[in-house]
Amino acid sequence: MHKLLKDSPGEKIMLLGNEAIARGAVEAGVAFATTYPGTPSSEISLNLFQMSQESDLYFEYSTNEKVALEVAAAAANSGLRTFCMMKHVGLNVAADPLMTLAYVGVTAGMVILTADDPAMFSSQNEQDNRYYAKFGGLPMLEPSSVAEAKDMIEQAFDLSEELKQPVLLRTTTRINHSNAFVTFGAIKAQKTKGRFERDPMRCVTVPAVSRGLHVKLLEKLEKTRDLSEASCFNFVQGKGDLGIIANGVSFHYAQDAVTDLGIEDKIRILRMGFSNPMPENKIKAFLKACTRVLVIEEGEPFMEEAVKAFAQEEGITIPIQGKSSTLFSRLSEYDPAMVREKIALCFGVEYTRPETIDVSDLPEIANRPPNLCSGCSHRATFYAVQKAADGMDIICPNDIGCYTLGFMPPLSTGDFVICMGSSVSTSCGFSKATDQKVVSFIGDSTFFHSGITGLVNAVFNNHNFTLVILENGITAMTGHQPHPGVDMEQMGHSGYGRVNIENLVKVLGVEHVSVIKPFKVKKSIDTIKEALAFKGVSVIISQEPCILFAKSLKLKKPRPFEVTDKCTDHKECINGIVCPSFYIDEGRVKIDADTCVGCALCAQICPENAIRPLKK
Amino acid sequence: METTRLVIVAVGGQGNLLASKVLGEAALIEGVEVRMSEIHGMAQRGGVVESAIVFGNATSSIISDGEADILVGFEPAETLRAIKRCSAKTHVITNTATLPPFTVGIGKGAYPEVDTITRLLKEKTAGLVAIDAMAIAREAGSPMSVNIVLLGALIQTGALGFSKESVIEAIKRRTKPAFLDKNLKAFDLGFEAALNSAA
Repeated sequence: MHKLLKDSPGEKIMLLGNEAIARGAVEAGVAFATTYPGTPSSEISLNLFQMSQESDLYFEYSTNEKVALEVAAAAANSGLRTFCMMKHVGLNVAADPLMTLAYVGVTAGMVILTADDPAMFSSQNEQDNRYYAKFGGLPMLEPSSVAEAKDMIEQAFDLSEELKQPVLLRTTTRINHSNAFVTFGAIKAQKTKGRFERDPMRCVTVPAVSRGLHVKLLEKLEKTRDLSEASCFNFVQGKGDLGIIANGVSFHYAQDAVTDLGIEDKIRILRMGFSNPMPENKIKAFLKACTRVLVIEEGEPFMEEAVKAFAQEEGITIPIQGKSSTLFSRLSEYDPAMVREKIALCFGVEYTRPETIDVSDLPEIANRPPNLCSGCSHRATFYAVQKAADGMDIICPNDIGCYTLGFMPPLSTGDFVICMGSSVSTSCGFSKATDQKVVSFIGDSTFFHSGITGLVNAVFNNHNFTLVILENGITAMTGHQPHPGVDMEQMGHSGYGRVNIENLVKVLGVEHVSVIKPFKVKKSIDTIKEALAFKGVSVIISQEPCILFAKSLKLKKPRPFEVTDKCTDHKECINGIVCPSFYIDEGRVKIDADTCVGCALCAQICPENAIRPLKK
Repeated sequence: METTRLVIVAVGGQGNLLASKVLGEAALIEGVEVRMSEIHGMAQRGGVVESAIVFGNATSSIISDGEADILVGFEPAETLRAIKRCSAKTHVITNTATLPPFTVGIGKGAYPEVDTITRLLKEKTAGLVAIDAMAIAREAGSPMSVNIVLLGALIQTGALGFSKESVIEAIKRRTKPAFLDKNLKAFDLGFEAALNSAA
């Protein structure tokens, strides 16, 4: 049995934040869950997917977050407790349905989780999604710890049912990817079959209906404010007249700092866990008890600005500080020592920084940048495109996935990346705005996510570029989740369909479609040259399974290669493709047999034919 | 338990996260509160995986520069790179078997001498245990056990006040049955190696 399905209330176990969140949803009786994978949210869906195989939970990986939210909205309006999860930028994709679903509401509890990523450990920006709650007029809850994240989910479902509105739950990477002890609670019985009751005056958002719904949304927001005022998630700790207002993980950094500085008797902390709408009266009362206030929040001055506005209304003139050049930054994430130092600075507490080590005499240590894996087929595709386009002035819009790493030299095939699906639509723009040849790249999962619409646009407007779809048979970057092009039988799951990318692209009206096997280098280069010569939209589908996935399914048996004595040291292998299995030993190129999988890309580009399978 | 802050640095694939989970399980057995944080987004693509483990009563789950009580490095250059997490009071346990980044492999970056690394670590911190965890893991029967060898060494130093028995029980709970015998041997050999290294 899946460890998170155990009906053992009181059991204390160590869980990853994302596991705790998945368990919280199960305890809350979630019956329906949807997502598109994205770090730092990925393990929530992985665990729910696994649990759906051995329980009545319905779970799906949708093609993108907008679809996931729309699928979920229907379930939550059919009376099922529904959970929809995504990373922060995913909510941008889902923002369209979100804003109107806030009007329509739900008939059963619906929680939408947004996993924000301050410091951008695995993201293209560090946007602060608290503004989505404010923007949409939706309640938002924010846990400060792993254990609290689990408990908050059930209350988020209850809150959603009370208000008949979706509730946003915001985490950050340091919740999602932290581990801590969690105590299991009881598992609520699921309601797994719902029924949709027709209610066009609520559910059909033509203008006449929506005008009324907007009025109701604002009324609900007032009611929600009362709940925020009374919420146990917004609490005051301590008794001093120096105030700290903090949310999320910053609350714990503040708590530790106050203890470390020995100023427990001087400080009172207001922890904000129900962060939209803000509990106005609670904050005003807090301000009245303080002589100075420091707001500690990663990201934007979301609370700080509200707090200052509340103070203004009450004529409170105490100093309220937060973001500034000397205190807190809007950039990156915070850490305990930094928060301790800023608290000391703000409140004039004596504090000496702990002595750090002198690192001025350390030798140079080479960086360890991420790289495409040994045997990754993307490397071969990028190489073949570079060769095919040799001498041409090309622009290479790239997309979000492992293959984004192709931007690094020497492959250097990534010139513009803004969001999922953007490679295709920006290609439309580049091809119209310039005389350069445009060759863009997108993964299979990302193509389904939002590449298709760009391609439809390109066909209709008769744009001129070559799109390379990197079909490796899985969503590789986030840890091997399926997508609509995946063979689910191969993964041991039945009952799924499968969309063939080649057929799909042809049906869209792309006139020049070719398929390459990227490890057949010469043939691939020839095929790519033909596609580049075509005037109009051409699509190349580069098919080769993700090597890590193929190895995990035992579809590929690694067969290492070696550099033989025929090598005359051209170093085309090392300089052309930077495979991590290469190393130089006493001036000679060698291949690490432990990591080489035998893709034979290097063997094909070696001018001396010096690279051969290793003889056992 | 007084707050003890432990940082583990490793290269993707070396088993950092399993080692952290074993220590978390050991904390559960010992009745010690624990919070851990990890950054593993790029792990499979050759990047560094760093875990922060805070034992005791603090409520934060990450560790600031200069504030690690213990640093365990699974790869010597990464141990040295993480020295900014340490102070003069930090105990360091490091593997001496290198895994040079591919940038070094292809001649585009320098890798310090291991002797230089261990000398610097020793000079700047409260104590160093440096062992060839890879050789020991192979001796135990599996190069995959480097992480458990280093756990053995960590526990021997006493820098983390957990009993040997708790950690062995945690290994039993957290590792796959097929690897258990090799891991238990790896733990013992790591423990012994640290003993000899100190002697």
